[in-house]
Amino acid sequence: MKQMRVLSILVENNAGTLTRVAGLFARRGYNIDTLTVSETKDPSFSRITLTASLNDLELNQLVSQTAKLEEVISIEELFETNSVMREILLVKVSVSDDCRSKLIEITDVYKGVVVDLSPDSMIIELTGKPQKIDAFIRVIDNYNIVNICRTGVTALQRGKGD
Amino acid sequence: MEYTGAEIIIKTLIDEGVDTLFGYPGGAVIDIYNALYNYRDQIRHIRPSHEQGGAHAADGYSRSTGKTGVVLATSGPGATNLVTGIATAYMDSIPMVCITGNAASHLIGKDAFQEIDIFGATMSVTKHNFMITDIADLQDTIRRAFKIANSGRKGPVLIDVPKDFTQLKYPYEKKESLPIDGKHKIVQSDLEKFAEIINQAERPIIYAGGGINSSDSSQELRALMDKAMIPAVNTIMAIGVLGPLDQLNLGMVGMHGKNSSNYSIEHSDLVIALGTRFSDRVALNTKHFAPDAKIIQVDIDQSEIDKNVVVDFEIVGDLKEILAEILSLIEEKDRKDWLAQIEEFRKEDYQPPNGSDSIEPYKIIRHVAEYFGEDLIFVTDVGQHQMWTAQYCARTKPRTFLTSGGLGTMGFGFGASIGAKAGNPDKPVVLISGDGSFTMNMNELKTAVDHQINTITIILNNHALGMVRQWQNLLYDQRYSETDIDHSFDYVKLAEAFGAKGYSCATITEFKAAFADATTQNKPIIIEAIIDKDELVLPMIPAGGTVEDIIME
Repeated sequence: MKQMRVLSILVENNAGTLTRVAGLFARRGYNIDTLTVSETKDPSFSRITLTASLNDLELNQLVSQTAKLEEVISIEELFETNSVMREILLVKVSVSDDCRSKLIEITDVYKGVVVDLSPDSMIIELTGKPQKIDAFIRVIDNYNIVNICRTGVTALQRGKGD
Repeated sequence: MEYTGAEIIIKTLIDEGVDTLFGYPGGAVIDIYNALYNYRDQIRHIRPSHEQGGAHAADGYSRSTGKTGVVLATSGPGATNLVTGIATAYMDSIPMVCITGNAASHLIGKDAFQEIDIFGATMSVTKHNFMITDIADLQDTIRRAFKIANSGRKGPVLIDVPKDFTQLKYPYEKKESLPIDGKHKIVQSDLEKFAEIINQAERPIIYAGGGINSSDSSQELRALMDKAMIPAVNTIMAIGVLGPLDQLNLGMVGMHGKNSSNYSIEHSDLVIALGTRFSDRVALNTKHFAPDAKIIQVDIDQSEIDKNVVVDFEIVGDLKEILAEILSLIEEKDRKDWLAQIEEFRKEDYQPPNGSDSIEPYKIIRHVAEYFGEDLIFVTDVGQHQMWTAQYCARTKPRTFLTSGGLGTMGFGFGASIGAKAGNPDKPVVLISGDGSFTMNMNELKTAVDHQINTITIILNNHALGMVRQWQNLLYDQRYSETDIDHSFDYVKLAEAFGAKGYSCATITEFKAAFADATTQNKPIIIEAIIDKDELVLPMIPAGGTVEDIIME
């Protein structure tokens, strides 16, 4: 059964490394849903965090294919139970005077922040687990959403490790 | 002492033990050629007619010797011409190091003359590739390329060198070759479990692939077969690895494999897959592959486990080491019933029709194989002739059958045979080709003549693209769309024009006479054998089929 997987891939920080990883996914016929990349504490390495919808066999195949890449140091699946996962949402909503305060109220409940306020629109920033972001979007779905931008998941394993 | 990057490249190659280099000069590599001029007594340089031929030659050199094939090409078209050759090596896990020139680094990304992003273009057909951005990395990168090409599952590696890095100077202090890694730690309990599964099986069969060649474990495999009387089948990539042609060596399996091999897999209770990947030309229908059997697998590449067929137990690691260690855990058996059952299967094996003077492909191939014996290296192109050669070549030694198994590259053969002969000057090398494949890269005949690389090429000329035509015959209502090659082509004159020796024959008697004369010549040979257009490769299991679907006539 396909389910959303979060993969954390430690790679050498070279030009082209991301292309190799992304290219491998594409070549083997899998779609990357979200992707974040950043340098680690040691700038010679980067961490790629990506999510993709895969069944168990597909997951094993992709993990072992990715692990073979010369510039990949390690790849592991992360789970909610052992990791902190966060995502940032920016959402622009078209608002009139009569609904603005309601929307701010909802944003407060989700501990979001209004980062831009114009006479007829506002931008809300929200950080949290992907499920929280999903829930927030569902709640404000009735409002006039102009655009949505999500960073995709970034994640680290809890405890010592790494 | 300081050397130019070009000299560093050549010195590093020599220090890596490279004595044969296939390459083609050009603007971006002119400095490398300038450096090579000083070392021409230490490296034999073979210039193909076309870079693709050079890549296939490096590949054929590697397949036949076990060493790393090295090919050099200029930027732009020189580099892109390598791509089919690199992909061919990649699909068959052949270690190669490919060096390409590129525009000077200040011109990269500016669409300079003969600039191409070969780094991007070859990313998906190499094990790894590099672009040099600092002359200080040059030696280390080349050494790493050799290590990567030969570590774990082998494969081609490409290094792209912008021209300025061949001209800049830098000190060269000879370093050691990097150690080959990829040895996996073998867990004793895994070996024990593996052996126990084998010991408990009543009808086991070994399914051996190209990994036996790559890991040089043909003798270890034979020891296992002999001790426990386990019959074995081989893929096309493993022709020659099963040793003597006896009751345990069942021969090729798959789409054009022997009935007995396919039936044995079908009726086995255990398939022992060694260095093989359950390709769609063997496990034609993965849902019905070995329906009653457990499947266990050994492979150096973790990603081959459960890729095409889900297995019951596996060990990831070096075959040679694992087969050697497992032998003492394997019980001696005689397996009389199972072997007797297989003998019954053998009675149903396809037998080619025997017209007295007719020139069937199998007669040609058997004649050549018998004449030259076990050291003969057979090379093929791709198509019907490839399958006939695979079926009748009777090889009993590893690395004596070179073919493009994974990519199926028509035009592979001539370049590969040049590489094989360059690497094995004392062994006979015979290319069996077809009229379609041969004409794809026949320009390499010039290379063979120029470098006095005396291979024998036998063209099984059916005036058709035979394998596609066979499918059209059997599966597409004989609608022969664009597969007839109706032009009359004078191969004898062609050979003479190139400075080679040509023959044409239409009967087996004529063929034997031509072949006998050819073996006395001291030049590259082309023998055209005109065969029947409707000759089929049999038996055949259509793609996606099972043993139920075998076509015998």
